[in-house]
Amino acid sequence: MHEKKESSLDGTPANTGKTGPPHEKKESFLGGMRVGAGLAAAAFVLAITFGATAREQGWSAVAAIIASILIFSGSAQFALMTALAGGSGVAPAIAAAMLINARFLPMGLAVGPSLSGGRFRRALQGQAVVDGSWVAAHQGGGRFDRWRLFGATIVQWPAWVAGTVVGVLGAPSAHLVERLGLDVVFPAFFLALLLDELRASRLALIAAALGGAVAAGLLWWVPAGVALVGATVGALIGLRGRTPSEEPQEARA
Amino acid sequence: MTLWIAIAAVAAGSFLLKAAGPALLGERELPPWSVGVIALLAPALLAGLVVVEVLGRRWADLDWTVPVALIAVVGARLLRAPVLLAVLIGVVTAAALRALTA
Repeated sequence: MHEKKESSLDGTPANTGKTGPPHEKKESFLGGMRVGAGLAAAAFVLAITFGATAREQGWSAVAAIIASILIFSGSAQFALMTALAGGSGVAPAIAAAMLINARFLPMGLAVGPSLSGGRFRRALQGQAVVDGSWVAAHQGGGRFDRWRLFGATIVQWPAWVAGTVVGVLGAPSAHLVERLGLDVVFPAFFLALLLDELRASRLALIAAALGGAVAAGLLWWVPAGVALVGATVGALIGLRGRTPSEEPQEARA
Repeated sequence: MTLWIAIAAVAAGSFLLKAAGPALLGERELPPWSVGVIALLAPALLAGLVVVEVLGRRWADLDWTVPVALIAVVGARLLRAPVLLAVLIGVVTAAALRALTA
């Protein structure tokens, strides 16, 4: 489907039917910001841990902050750090981080029709896709409220960067991190994300079990980054196509 | 230096991943087999990440307080605690266990 949308000046109620007249845009945007505030609080705390752990692992403060500004993805940054800390060269670390962000490809495809303007403009708008905002902007049936998406993301980004700054400046010692249990933040965060994924399908459970088992086995022989990339073989179960439970809805759009 | 390369590469790659869908949509769709695999990359890798974080190289990092803390996280999530609260419960559990057994 090919919608040519007027991306137009703010006043023109030209487009789409999806976001409607300006006051609705504004409402969507503000609603997004409200949802985003909760997500931003979580991002802030996680970012503190990211910054502190990065310092502890020998990243410069500037590197950690730049990473948060440019990458703006907790799971990718944590994966990158976990892999690099495991002492496996840079390529597997990049691969692990990229693979975990591969989810943005289908998420971006889903949002695509709800964005406005030409390719380049849509590509830029697509940068607003982060997990929490994407969920918050979903209106059901594959339609997304883009202003809600923008609003939710726009409050998370500064929170993520600010949290990182606090983390690198505060940088507690390794001993203190352990005593306070802060080393649990990463695995706990990953586990929470994993639980959400597992709700999606039974195949996800198999993929996770395979991925976890392969990673655990590989850790005996290879550095962490390589073990992480190895874990992705679990995803190959997706080649088997649909889960039995999905088969009835064969004709998905 | 390698760190900067890694940061730049991941930043550029993430940008492209997010840009690709919105920019290309309308002209092509991903082949169905790849959609299934991509959807499962996240759970497979997240499980891998949990395992790597908990075990460490040659399983040398294994500390019993961490799995117990993670069970608390799962419990909290099952009781519908928000993610941040669940993580906090995990942290407090680990800290408490360590304080008690130190």
